[in-house]
Formats: sequence, C-alpha cells, structure tokens
Amino acid sequence: MSRLFMFEKPLGMRDTLPGLYETKSIARDAIKSEMKRWGFQFIETPALEYYETVGTASAILDQQLFKLLDSQGHTLVLRPDMTAPIARVAASKLLKEDLPLRLAYSANVYRAQQREGGRPAEFEQIGVECIGDHTISADGEVIALLISSLREVGLPKFQISVGHIGFVQTLFQQILGTEERAQALTKYLYEKNYVGYREHVKNLALSSIDKQRLLDFLKLRGGEEVLSFANDIIENESGREALSQLHQLWEIVVAFGEEDKLKFDLTLISHMSYYTGIVFEVYSHAVGTPIGNGGRYDLLLEKFGKATGATGFALYLDRLIEALGGVSEETPMTCILFSDERRQEAYTVAKERRAIGEKVVLQDINGVKNIDACTNQYTDIVFLIGKAGRGS
Amino acid sequence: MKEMLTIAMPKGRIFDEAVELLRQAGFNLPPEFEDSRKLIIDVEQEQFRFILAKPMDVPTYVEHGVADLGIAGKDVMLEEERDVYELLDLKISACYLAVAGLPNTKMNDVAPKVASKYPNVAAAYFREQGEQVEIIKLNGSIELAPIIGLSDRIVDIVSTGKTLVENGLVEYERIADITSRLIVNPVSYRTKDERISEIVDKLTDVIHGVRS
Repeated sequence: MSRLFMFEKPLGMRDTLPGLYETKSIARDAIKSEMKRWGFQFIETPALEYYETVGTASAILDQQLFKLLDSQGHTLVLRPDMTAPIARVAASKLLKEDLPLRLAYSANVYRAQQREGGRPAEFEQIGVECIGDHTISADGEVIALLISSLREVGLPKFQISVGHIGFVQTLFQQILGTEERAQALTKYLYEKNYVGYREHVKNLALSSIDKQRLLDFLKLRGGEEVLSFANDIIENESGREALSQLHQLWEIVVAFGEEDKLKFDLTLISHMSYYTGIVFEVYSHAVGTPIGNGGRYDLLLEKFGKATGATGFALYLDRLIEALGGVSEETPMTCILFSDERRQEAYTVAKERRAIGEKVVLQDINGVKNIDACTNQYTDIVFLIGKAGRGS
Repeated sequence: MKEMLTIAMPKGRIFDEAVELLRQAGFNLPPEFEDSRKLIIDVEQEQFRFILAKPMDVPTYVEHGVADLGIAGKDVMLEEERDVYELLDLKISACYLAVAGLPNTKMNDVAPKVASKYPNVAAAYFREQGEQVEIIKLNGSIELAPIIGLSDRIVDIVSTGKTLVENGLVEYERIADITSRLIVNPVSYRTKDERISEIVDKLTDVIHGVRS
C-alpha cells in the first residue's frame, strides 16, 4: 500500500462540512418531528455489537461487515443496520408488557462497499420499527408515516412500491414443489436477471400452464388492479392470504388518503432476508437508487428470544438529501466586527439579536487579517469600531 | 406530454444493430442518426435522449440512473455485475465468450496465466474449474498475449472465429453465449414503468417476429 496522505480517511468514510451538515440536520429534524408526532419514541443503540448476535441476525452480506476483535477476543461488528439492534433491545428489555412498541432512530450504519471505493461505507438511516403488532394496520401505519415524513421534509415527487415476500415464496413453492427449486428461481429475481429467469422457466419440466404462470408473475406491477391479476395466478390459500393482506393494506392507505403514492410490485424482493411479509421500497425521481425501504419481519425477534411480529422502514438520509436537490441556501448570518473600545456594546447587540433567533458572529477586528474576505462571508456586517458614535 | 427517457447506447459493433431493432419496433429515429458524431442525441418526437457510451460503461450509466435504459452485451453484464434489471434478450450481436490459446498447448504447470479484457469473468470461470491461474487484464488485442508469451490462454468474445484463426489460435472451451440485453435502472423501472413497459412490449414483438 502506498503511503497515506495525512488528510486521508479510510475507504468510504466521509466528512460532513457545515453547509451539508445544516441541510442534513434540517431534513433530519423535520422527519424526526413527524415521527414523534405519530408517537414513535427515539432510542440509541451502540455502534458496536457482537458478530454472533446482531452481526448474524442482520441481513447484510458477511463481506460487507466491518469486523474487529475486543480485548476478550470476541468478534465485534460495526452495526450494518438498525433493525437487528432494535430487535435485540425490544426483545430483551422493552417488550415486557406484550404491548405494541413504536420505536424510532436516526443513526449511522456501516457497510463495507465492494466496488468503486468512494461509495459511502458509513451512512445515516432514519427509521421506525413498530414491534409486537401483527396486524396489517401496523404495516399501513408505517407506510403512511413514511409518506407523511417525506411530505414534511419537502420531497415533491416520490413513489412507494409494495410487494409481498410470502406471495413470491408460496407461488414458487407451489409450482416448483421444493424449496431448493424455488430458491434457484428466486435467485434470478434477486439478481434482477429477467432474461435468465425466463430461460430457467422455459427449461423446467412443468406444464405449459404453470410455466405461463411463472412468466406472468413478472408482469404483476402497477395499481390496485394488479392484485386481481395476481389472484388469477395463485392457487393456494397462503398465496391468497398474502394478497388479502395487500388488499387490506391498500384499503388502509386509502383511509389515510395517501394511495396516490402507492404502487404494487409483486416481483419486489429484498436483499434483507429477514423480511417475511409486506415489503416496500421508496423511490425519488431524482435519484437512481431507492431512498428507503422497509417491510414486515415476523421471525427476527424470535432470534433474540421473543416471538413476535414487527414492521418498519428506514430512509437513507444522504440519498434523500440528493433527491431534495443537494445543499440548501445558507441561512443569513450577521457578523459584528468590534474593537476593544466598543466590546460591551457589541456584546449587548449580539445578545439582543440572538434572543430573537438571529445567527450572530462576534469577531474581534484584530483577529481578522483580510477584512474584505471576512465581510464577504456574511449576509450582514455590523462595524462597532473605534470610539462610540463613529463608524458602524 | 410523454416523459423523457434516456437510453444509453453502446458505440461500435452493437450500435447499428440496436438502432435497426428500435426502428423495426416502430420508433421514429432520424435517418442521420447513425452518422452523428455527437455523444448525446435528442429525438424529440419520441421523447428519447440517447447517450453514446463505451459498451463496457453502459451498465454503469444505467446503474447510477443517469440513463433509464441501456443496451449492453451479456459479456459486459457478466463482467460488471451492476445492480440493474436485465429485462430482455434482444438477440442481436450474437457471439460467445471462450477460452483460447495456441494449438496443442497445455496450461503452464508452474505459473498458469490468462489474459483477458474480462478479468472478473475469467477469474470466476477458472475458479469454478478449480484451477488457480493468474489473470492479466488487457484492454484490447488480446490475441497478442499467447503469441508473444504473456499468457497461456485468453478469455475473449468470439463471433466468427476469424480473428482467432488469423492469429493462429484455437478455441479450447466455450464459457457463455452472448447477446445484447435491454437493461433498466431499478428506480426508473418503477417510476417510469408505463413508458418502459411500452418499449419492452414493442421490442418483444420484433424479437419474436411479430411485426407491428
């Protein structure tokens, strides 16, 4: 390895400078406030977790985990997502009363990137988890909250696509018979390789009707009408159950009055293997990757000793900022340049202005080498220099 | 007013066939389309913007979402493994990836070397065969490598086999059949689904011989 420059950071790590920091914090606050208004409570969990517990429970690929050893020789991971740590806390501490829990977080997660070194390996997620409620009302609520949060933050155009892991699994299992064969086909979906999917289906020893069902499955995308098309393809009870859940979800989102943001896409499957039911992704028209995703994970909490259902979503803050159009205009800031004689006056003025919410910088004129460069930095400059009554 | 769609086209070998296919599918592309030296061509009446990229870069533009759609060879898809949907086999520019080398030679026992423009494909192939080889990345004229002793084998695309013959090389194994694919960005696939479905349907008709 070549020698590091003194200013270098580890691969995929980034600094956030003032302009971006401000933009991020405005967006973050808008979303957090909305989540709080819906009664979700924020929690924090440690950045480091045990590899054997949270590391293996989370669905992030092993080669994407940052691993290290603690002084006792345990393998630790930098948390690759927040869902698994929250499931850990909820199962071990919070779910005592068996009441539904509404938790929220905004935290950095860590995933080592495989290619093109500049991609962020540390990024902030803001999300909620509704734990211990198995009803579709909970799924509907988190989706409605997601829509509401994005409205609050001022994202003009976005879309949520909803699928159902249960539907895909049961359709494939029923037609193909074994889980092994179902998985082989699912792999093509996961890799987004529809050409390979069709080839694979063609070469299977199936009736032409079943082949057609598998091919038609790829077309199950669009509005509410997709659910009835799907109903023609599926032939078993658990598949119908999945569709009825999606139908309920649609009704719930209609009741929230947000159905124009919702589309169905039954081909949607997630790289997060812990999802068991409804899954969804959020897209902004301005960014090439999803800005958030979520879904129901009814088996994850069992790993931490409490068998109960849960659902939630996470937004990628950086991608959201990109979708919002980057760093926003700087807010106005006043600079009071003062000299020793008028120090007291400067402090009084600053105090008054700060009290009404203005941002005020106090700068001793003797500390500035280039006055022009200094004054250009601020929207407003107040000179309190020399004897009182002069200058300003 | 239809939404503008950006399509990344591969320059060179595949380009003419791809344009021909789009015309057959009923898209109205101007006659001077092929002769243009521009890198960006807007076709107003179809609300298309074409960007002309190096074939190897097409999936990159599409993955990042600066192009909604793209036409890329399967060879490039295998090599790049980008996060994009591979929607259609366009069945144009057929060729295949193969292992080739000088006739009647074996892999060097001490330090077997393979040269290729497709280092990932080559590495994956030989790993699956249980062979440990050193992969040497080249950017063109791959046939040179075995002739002047840089490598024992090459992994490259073969369309007619003429280039191999002319350089005194023979094919040893066939790795994969290659055709061009219609690829699409995962977000565009969802947010511009109606227009994309329309294109897919029209192209599907042409590929399956149903003229519109």
